[in-house]
Parts: sequence; C-alpha cells; structure tokens
Amino acid sequence: MAQLTMIQAITDALRLELERDPSVLVFGEDVGVNGGVFRATEGLQKQFGEERVFDTPLAESAIAGLAVGLAVQGFRPVAEIQFFGFVFECFDAIASQAARMRYRSGGRYQAPIVFRSPFGGGVKTPELHADSLEGLFLQTPGVKVVIPSNPYDAKGLLISAIRDNDPVIFLEHMKLYRSFRQEVPEEAYTIPIGKASVVREGTDVTVIAYGAMVHTALKAAEEVEKARGAKVEVIDLRTINPLDEETIIRSVEKTGRAVVVQEAQKQAGVAAEVIARINEKALLSLEAPVVRVTAPDTVYPFAAIEDAWLPDPARVVEGINKVLDF
Amino acid sequence: MSMATKERPEFDTVQILAPDGTVVNPDLMPDLSDDQLRELMRRMVFTRIWDQRAISLNRQGRLGFYAPVAGQEASMIGSEFALNKDDFILPSYRDIPQMVWHGLPLYQAFLYSRGHIHGGQIPEDVHVLMPQIIIAAQCTQTVGVAMAFKLRGEKRVAICYFGDGATSQGDFYEGMNFAGVYRVPAIFFCQNNRYAISVPLHKQTATPTLAQKAVAAGIRGVRVDGMDVLAVYRVTKEAAERARNGEGATLIEALTYRYGPHTMAGDDPTRYRTNEEFSEWEQKDPLIRFRRFLEAKGLWSEEDENRVIEEAKQAVADAIKKADEWMPKQKVTDLIDAMYETLPPHLEEQKAEFAAREGR
Repeated sequence: MAQLTMIQAITDALRLELERDPSVLVFGEDVGVNGGVFRATEGLQKQFGEERVFDTPLAESAIAGLAVGLAVQGFRPVAEIQFFGFVFECFDAIASQAARMRYRSGGRYQAPIVFRSPFGGGVKTPELHADSLEGLFLQTPGVKVVIPSNPYDAKGLLISAIRDNDPVIFLEHMKLYRSFRQEVPEEAYTIPIGKASVVREGTDVTVIAYGAMVHTALKAAEEVEKARGAKVEVIDLRTINPLDEETIIRSVEKTGRAVVVQEAQKQAGVAAEVIARINEKALLSLEAPVVRVTAPDTVYPFAAIEDAWLPDPARVVEGINKVLDF
Repeated sequence: MSMATKERPEFDTVQILAPDGTVVNPDLMPDLSDDQLRELMRRMVFTRIWDQRAISLNRQGRLGFYAPVAGQEASMIGSEFALNKDDFILPSYRDIPQMVWHGLPLYQAFLYSRGHIHGGQIPEDVHVLMPQIIIAAQCTQTVGVAMAFKLRGEKRVAICYFGDGATSQGDFYEGMNFAGVYRVPAIFFCQNNRYAISVPLHKQTATPTLAQKAVAAGIRGVRVDGMDVLAVYRVTKEAAERARNGEGATLIEALTYRYGPHTMAGDDPTRYRTNEEFSEWEQKDPLIRFRRFLEAKGLWSEEDENRVIEEAKQAVADAIKKADEWMPKQKVTDLIDAMYETLPPHLEEQKAEFAAREGR
C-alpha cells in the first residue's frame, strides 16, 4: 500500500473511476492542462483525453448546469467548484435543479453528479474561498454532502459518491490536502455514504466532528485524557447529509455527554441539527446539556484573524470540560 | 451627440409570409409537402383550441398552473416541427405545446399543471425535460445535453425555449458562451413576446435585437418573424442542420406576442399593455396568415378548420378525464420516496410517520 496525501487519494479515486466507467467525466476551471489549482486532477487529461477531462470557461452556474444536462443524458459528471465560497453562483443548478430532478420527473431522470470543492479555513486564502457553507446543503433535500477527514476515507467516499445515483457534494478541506499521509490501498474500494466512524473509543464524553475538526477534536481528546483521565470518544461524521444518527445516538447513550465541533458559524448549522437529533432520541441519557464549539456568527473573516476565529483544541478542551463538570 | 445604435442588417427579420398570407420571400420557402403544410395548420388550430379550453378549465378550478400560449403558436409549432423525434427539448413553463407535439401525452401535461408527479414522468421515447421554472436555467442544461450527443457521436440536437425576460439572466449568456466554446449541437430559441410578465423589452435590454447577443458568445444569431410559421420552421430547420453538421449553436429570436396574461394566476395585461398594441399584433395572427396562404393553394377549408376544432375539443375532454381518473393520487409518502434512490434513515422515519397518517 502506498502512503498518500488526501489530494493524491482523491486523484487516485478519480483515475480509477474514469478507467472503470466511460460515462464518468471530470471538468471545471483549470482542471485540464493545469491539473487543478490544488493538482487534484493532475495527469488525468493526459491519460483520458480532452473529451473526458476538460477545462471550462470561468462560470460556476454553467459548470453546474452543464453537469445537470449531462447527467440527464446518462453521464456521471464530476464537476469541480474551484473554491466552495463560489458555490452561491451555482446554488440554483444544485439546489433547484439537480436536487429536484428525481422528484420533478417522478424518477424518470436522475442527477448522478459529484460536485467536488475545496473548502475550509486555516490556510489564509483570500475572501470567499474558505467558507464552511455545508450547512446550506444540510437544508437541501435531494443532495448528499460528504466531508472526508483523511486520505483513506477520501478515496473510498469519493468512489462511492461517483457511483451514487443522486447528487453528492464532496467537500475537501484545504488544510487536509497535504498535511499528512496515510496508507491507501491501490485498488478501488468504497466507504458507504451516510456512515460515521468512531475514530477514538471512549466512555465519558462523545465529541462529534467532521472534516479538519476531527483532528482538532482528537488533539483535544488527548489533552483531556492526559489532564484528567477522562475517556473521550470521537466520532467523525464523514457525511453530514444524511447524518448517521444511529452512531451518534449509540455513543451518547454510552457516554451521557456530548460536544459537537464545527468550523462553521454557530447558528442553525450542522451542530444544531446533531443536537436536535440527540434531544429527540437520547435526551434521557444526557448528564449535561450538549455543548457546541463553533466559529462565531460573523461573516468569514479576513486571513489575519482566521486562527483566532476558528475553533482550536483549547476551545474544544473547554467545551469537553464544561460538559464533564456540569 | 447621440450615439444611437442602428439595427444590424445581419439581424433583419426573416419572413416568408406577409400578414395577408402572401409569399414575400419565395427563395426561403421551405421544402414541405402539402400534407406537412396541412399538418402545421392542424397543429396550430388544435393548440389554439386547447389553449382556450385550458384557460376555461383553469377558471373552473379543474387545472392548476397554466401559462396561456395563444399568439405564439407559429413560434412553438413551427420550431418543434423542424426537429427530429430524437432531438431533445428543454422547455420553459409556457412551452407545453412543443412538449406535447414532441410526444408527451396531453393528460400528462394536465397532471403536470395540477402538480401531480406523473406529469413529469416523461415516457422513455419522448425526448423532453420537464418545463423549467427558473427562467434561464435550461440554457446551461442544454449545453450538457448537447455535449452528450456530441460525445456519443449522435446526430441529435438539444433545443431550449425561453422568453425575452430570460435573456437578462446570467445563465442565458453562460449557456450560449459554453455552447460556443464547446461547439455543441444546441439551439437557443427565444420567444420574444415583448413582455416579461409586465416589463417591456426596452426595459429588459438596451440592444435593438436579442439575436445580436449571439455575437458575444461567438455563435450564430437569427431573428425571425415569430408569427410566420414557415419562417420559424425554416430558420429552426437550418439551425438544426448546422448543429448536426458540427457547425455549432444558434440563437433564434422569434418576434411574437402572447394574447393572454402571463399566467392564469392573477396577471392582468391591461395594466401594462394598450388595446392598440394588442390589435396591432392581432393583425399579424399566425393562424389567419397561414390559413390565407393555405386557402389560396386550395389546401385548407372551413370544413378542415371545423374538423380540427372538434378533434381538439374531444382530445382535451378525453385528456382531462384521464387526468381526473389517474391513479394513484399523490401522497406525501410518494414525495418522500422520490427524494433519493434509496431512503436515508431520517426519511424512513418521516415516511413511517406520514404512512400512519395516510393510513387513517
């Protein structure tokens, strides 16, 4: 097995699916000759030709609309939105068009599209590049939203996303692209969409996170265990729409305490939804109110204060202590 | 000094029949058999009657959302008639006639109007997408459909229909631009009926024609008399042939007029249009014009007209009856089932809740 970064694992998944299924097409801004601004599509145009891997004009709405038209005709487009802050430009094509295709046509047409996009803070991008807008798609019935936290998951989840017959938004945290390597099998494998993973077993408190925050949560868990011996369980959601309620509830019933961590702003986000599910299904198991560790409810800041704005291990530790000491 | 833009001669309006039915451009006369000419007339008369019946059914509360089409028959029917059966139509909410003449059963159009899911279950051999509500979204989707044809080496064309208002949206331009760059077999068919609900064309754009917007995208632009069914047929046929031959996309601007309101949902055109203007356009009526042309050739008579009127009335009555009787009726659990290929657990749970209510 090779040691791959997340970006290499993503390229690997794209290559394998392009090889396996001639209906898979990869396109977006700069994805062809340049191999993508992060090199996620490096070498793919050379290998598969300009008909299957191609550059588009710089227009997100048309990129997404093009994907819808191709999907209706039986292709499986993998469209790249260069940065997720640009997703508003194609919100109509995703939420009003792709997400509604199956229903509007009573199952006659489907939209097996993957919208891939880099996102996430801590890498000092310009404005409107890093924003965590995934919550908007948690409120969009008809799409799935996948956010891997490591190379192994990224490959297996992306292959699942490409084979899925519904539109999947696949969000790649920029900070994770090259931050570490992991053993990734060479062959194609899938990880089911909608299944969370328990990345650290524990008995005293459950920390629920996704994307880069999984690593922040793991650091905080180590610190808490070192400081006070509490056993922290950490869940990586991997998919935020649909949520793996079963894994969340099972863990909270075991630990009786929960902290939900997200990079996005606090109000009406993924964490709020997770807490609502816990309240509906496991309220009586709780020993303390569930705490949210999130960014504040402001617009995404300029780079200079990004580090202070984003949740860090210290804030997660605070959150864990709060529920342990309630 | 004024810098008034003069209309560009290359976007002069293509016309074959004058409003009195005489041929003004014999060189452009399309190669259609007598039967085909009669069929064009049959479809326009049928559509006019169906439109009248639909408006009446809507007023009786027996139909749902409906956007009247009278006045636009030549644009709608002439263009669809120029397509092959396996060409693909991406319509907007007013373009139900093209869908039906392309093969969608009329009762399904009525079910769509009522918001029943079966209305959108297009039969396998009918190559249309459901009508678009977002006014230019189909322009970008058309490029995807057309690119699929090109990738598969199929000699098929994708055509989208939209109104003059849609040309103000980014997706209109983005779609044409993509079509130009990828040189896909697409037709952008704009029915310029002068009003986007109530806003007149001169408040929609400062350009003298919409056809010239094709120049910015590097595709061909054509302007046609949209009340002249032969001219519409001619320019669409040509655009389709060019597309099939790999010569790329065309924007067609058809100058037409809707006699009725924007939709039956409370729009009152007397608030924004004058009677004089209405009468002026009525003089250009596509049915009168084509009927005069056919009558002069001995191809159409009052009996023909009456036969089609009766045929249309009967077809509408049959279709509405079929829609009324269509089972199963819509349920919330059907809606839940249609969200994903397989239901995620949270929807399983919500489906169970609604199933229990529906079972009561």
